[in-house]
Amino acid sequence: MSTAPRTSAAPQLSMAQRTGQNEPGARERPAESTVGGTPIAAAGAPPVLEIHDMTVAYHRRPVLWDVDLTIEGSSLVGIVGPNGAGKSTLIKAVLGLVPPASGSVKLFGQDARRQRHLVGYVPQRESVDWDFPVSVLDVVLMGTYGRLGWFRRPGRAEHEWALECLRHVGLADFAHRQIGQLSGGQQQRTFLARALAQRAEVYFMDEPMAGVDAATERVIFSLLRELREAGKTVLVVHHDLRTVPIYFDQVVLLNMRLVASGATGHVFTNDNLRKTYGGRLDILEAAGQAVAEQRRSV
Amino acid sequence: MTEMLFSDGGQALWTITIAAAANLTCALLGCYLLLRRMSLLGDALSHAVLPGVVLGFWISGSTSSAWVFVSAIATGLLATLLIQSLNGLGQVAEDASMGVVFTSLFALGVVLLVKVGARVDLDVDCVLFGLIDYAWLNTQPLWGREVPRDLMPLVGVLAATILFVGLLWKELKLAAFDARLATAMGFSATLLHYLLMAMVAQATVAGFYAVGLVLVVAMLIVPAATGQLLSDRLAGMMAWAAGVAVSSAALGYWAEMKLETGIAPMMALVAGGEFTIALVFAPRQGLAGRAFNRLSLTVRIVAEDIIGMLYRTVEADPRLAEAGVARRRCLAAGGGGWRARLALPWLWWRGDVAWAAERRVRLTAAGRARAEALVRAHRLWEAYLGENFDLPLDHLHEPAELVEHYLGPALLEQLSSELRRPDLDPHGKAIPGNPERASGGQSATAARPP
Amino acid sequence: MIAYNTAVVLAGTSLLGASSGLIGVFALLRRRALLGDTLAHAALPGLCLGFLLWQERNLPVMLTGAFLSGLAGIAVVAGLRRFTRIKDDAALGIVLSLFFGAGLALLKRIQTHAVGGSRAGLDHYIFGSAAGMIAGDVAIIATVALCVLTAVLLLYKEFRLVTFDDEFARAQGWPAALLDLLIMLLIALTVTVALPAAGVVLTAALVILPAAAARFCTQRLSAMLAISALFGASSGVVGTLASASGGIPTGPMIVLAGAGVFLAAMLCAPRRGIVSQMLAQRRARRRIERQKLLLAFDATTAPVTIEALRSATSFSPRRLGGVLRLSERDGFLRRTAAGAWTLTDLGRSRAAAVARAQRLWRRFLTSFPESVSLFNDLDLERIDEVLPAEVMARLEQS
Repeated sequence: MSTAPRTSAAPQLSMAQRTGQNEPGARERPAESTVGGTPIAAAGAPPVLEIHDMTVAYHRRPVLWDVDLTIEGSSLVGIVGPNGAGKSTLIKAVLGLVPPASGSVKLFGQDARRQRHLVGYVPQRESVDWDFPVSVLDVVLMGTYGRLGWFRRPGRAEHEWALECLRHVGLADFAHRQIGQLSGGQQQRTFLARALAQRAEVYFMDEPMAGVDAATERVIFSLLRELREAGKTVLVVHHDLRTVPIYFDQVVLLNMRLVASGATGHVFTNDNLRKTYGGRLDILEAAGQAVAEQRRSV
Repeated sequence: MTEMLFSDGGQALWTITIAAAANLTCALLGCYLLLRRMSLLGDALSHAVLPGVVLGFWISGSTSSAWVFVSAIATGLLATLLIQSLNGLGQVAEDASMGVVFTSLFALGVVLLVKVGARVDLDVDCVLFGLIDYAWLNTQPLWGREVPRDLMPLVGVLAATILFVGLLWKELKLAAFDARLATAMGFSATLLHYLLMAMVAQATVAGFYAVGLVLVVAMLIVPAATGQLLSDRLAGMMAWAAGVAVSSAALGYWAEMKLETGIAPMMALVAGGEFTIALVFAPRQGLAGRAFNRLSLTVRIVAEDIIGMLYRTVEADPRLAEAGVARRRCLAAGGGGWRARLALPWLWWRGDVAWAAERRVRLTAAGRARAEALVRAHRLWEAYLGENFDLPLDHLHEPAELVEHYLGPALLEQLSSELRRPDLDPHGKAIPGNPERASGGQSATAARPP
Repeated sequence: MIAYNTAVVLAGTSLLGASSGLIGVFALLRRRALLGDTLAHAALPGLCLGFLLWQERNLPVMLTGAFLSGLAGIAVVAGLRRFTRIKDDAALGIVLSLFFGAGLALLKRIQTHAVGGSRAGLDHYIFGSAAGMIAGDVAIIATVALCVLTAVLLLYKEFRLVTFDDEFARAQGWPAALLDLLIMLLIALTVTVALPAAGVVLTAALVILPAAAARFCTQRLSAMLAISALFGASSGVVGTLASASGGIPTGPMIVLAGAGVFLAAMLCAPRRGIVSQMLAQRRARRRIERQKLLLAFDATTAPVTIEALRSATSFSPRRLGGVLRLSERDGFLRRTAAGAWTLTDLGRSRAAAVARAQRLWRRFLTSFPESVSLFNDLDLERIDEVLPAEVMARLEQS
């Protein structure tokens, strides 16, 4: 049913994205973010994401409190924490969708509001109306809107690029279906294709693997890896502790405040998990298992 | 028809044109309201602009002045802002804040209307029935032709709306589908929302000319809802909505001539009639089509149960292949009732069964192939369940009975190869249709799981 | 001295206001505020059919027609919701406008064809006129008001349960659907008898305005019911009197009176009113900002420059200036000759208290991650009120 993207597609993807940079009308990437064509993680480059002293509150009730976080380039970052820990809020605050009570966000060393064209976003699947009268291709095309700016319509180049992105997630055959006719996993992959179409440098994904079938989860994971290999950074809100060590190089443990962040091997420990989740045995058991497996594989 | 259009001094022509322009404006913007689930905001806005409309008429002293639109837009935006701040600052639930704002502003408008309306020839009936009845009489020359005075602003608003939708097509679509992504990309969803509301306020005034303020919501929502039933693309939806808008103008006028029930209500009712037709007969979403699909699925499943039974009976006692099985037993295998009574003739019509003597039924060659595929699906599934789940033997039949109707050939092939092409199911019965004794029975059951 | 006619009308509108205020509370809390609007609009064709049937203005017949067609409208909404993909809001809008359109068509036909002067009466149902109310009409209203009051008194506990949490009510074995239906019937009944006085277009306001105003005044359901009924009755009285003196239809005047009450309650209500909320919010914001500022001094008594404070607090220059000024006024800070800022003794002890609170909250969030929701206010110093003493003791020790 689902064809996993060919592994050879990864360089193709990054090639396409590089050439995208040179298209007329495409905004320039900041000079410091590329060093001689190599991915931005090169030494001396500013970190991909810097969050300083971020507090977000709804009517004075804190959702995120005093979060300081720095993410270095080219990695897959899992954002993990219990329900209501502020994981989605963190993403929304970075994207400027909720106003923080205090704090600042920098992307590639500059104010995040001026770096919007470098950001790709995959919202939760339930956040949109799947009865909406658009085709799958239309949705993916929406990813190109940010670079087009106001008033300009997507042209042939954008259509081809959107189709390319769809092909990449194995949905080219579904391009002209109405989005409501897709299965849950296919809908999620449509969103991923849309994020690819954004040609971003850093991606924020809100629970992309929630409620999808195993095949889709595999496709998403291999896509994440391709993105990393193409020099991108992907931050993923994730709920399944067992797969965290398999999927992510770095983890951010969040529960209203930042419990820990860093390389998965160092941070994803029983101790830190207890500080994040407290004494919820079932979760901790699953996590303990995951940690043990991780140890074995190292 | 053309005769009618001109024989009356242009009454029909101009009335229909005015109404069509207004309806079209409403219908186009209504599509966005509907998709953003803001239909009731459209309703609230159409009531809330009344004080603005009355003030505009009062200031300008005429029914076709830009002032009317300007002050209506101002009131509309004020109402939107009030609704939002009641919702945000006052923490009033969204529907209640709409209710509070629009009823209060509408009441204010009625009071203004009663106080100053007489001076500008505007009365309470205008709010209900619009100004369309006599609009064709008040004309002014344009390019050597007498054209109704009210038509000019309406055409202007329609042009502005088309321009608005055309220029901001992708932005409006994105903000309606995924407001967060729009904001994250730098297209402020809030700005677009207020722009849209300003346009809706304008459309409301346009609708006021044609159908009166209270019925504007019909012209905003009903064509858009019809469009949504008939198309699954935004452009298609708008095209259908536009069709409903224009045709309801023409048919509404015609119906008024016949029934003397007011142009405005008749336009709303014609639109409502078209909506109802779409609701029942729309190709994919229509109630009739969906009922038919459900029925044919039911009949297919019952029919498959019947041929499955016939196959198993013959398998147990090959002599019955020619003699057939009593019709009564066939009906019972199909669960009895009208479904089975419908399924049996359907099977005969398809050539899967034939009538034998003494009201007995037997499988034809085609029916046998179809039944074999079905039984194969059933037994493969039983084998799969038996191998992969630790279920007792008597728990295998029921899930298989359900699943057999949905397994497609590709999935069957996968199951079969995963089980290393078994010959027997867990009950020890032969699984028919394996390649070595291939009998070609393929796809009785092509449908995928829903 | 009030004339008999005026007294009758006043009795009618105040009873109407009270009963719609009462039932409106449940409509509001059930998030069904606009149901009343749809009901009222959908009642028009029934009203007109009742007239056509009897060929004269017979109130009970017309109101029965109105009640039935209002319910039919709601049934169509439910059907659209159940059997099609049409969303709630669109279903309400479609039914409201189409039923109203049908009603208007009938009305127009009556206006052009009906016999004699009887047609004038029908126009009033659109915008409402209570002027012609007679004792018989008031009796109908009183009966309905009594029904509503009895139902609310008898089923207070059940209604409260269903409006608060119908899932729970169902799980407890209450016939939640039936109770819900009963509430809806009471709304429909109230709306129907309100039609002649308030009019089809504005009746919804009678249901929404008093209840929404009462919502600002109290948190308790029983008090809210009483206040809402009172608001409803008084806007009925005020609106009627104003309408009588100004020659304006009663319906809009009652609504405007209700809007006035709503506005006053929204602005001035003691705790939930916007003014007191904004004051409270400003106070809290200043406290929180001051806490942040004091923390930025990091317990040092040495002078700190404005630039250092800005980078430590991430306040905008204007906000920082404001916080500094206020803290200076309250004696926490002193400005040095060089233009830098330093803590006073008072400021130092307060800064220590804030730092302690911050430290303890951090410890609390780490030690009890499953209870982070207890940290529900950015005001750090509330920690002693929020957390139990023994938890505080444990946090202090670790």
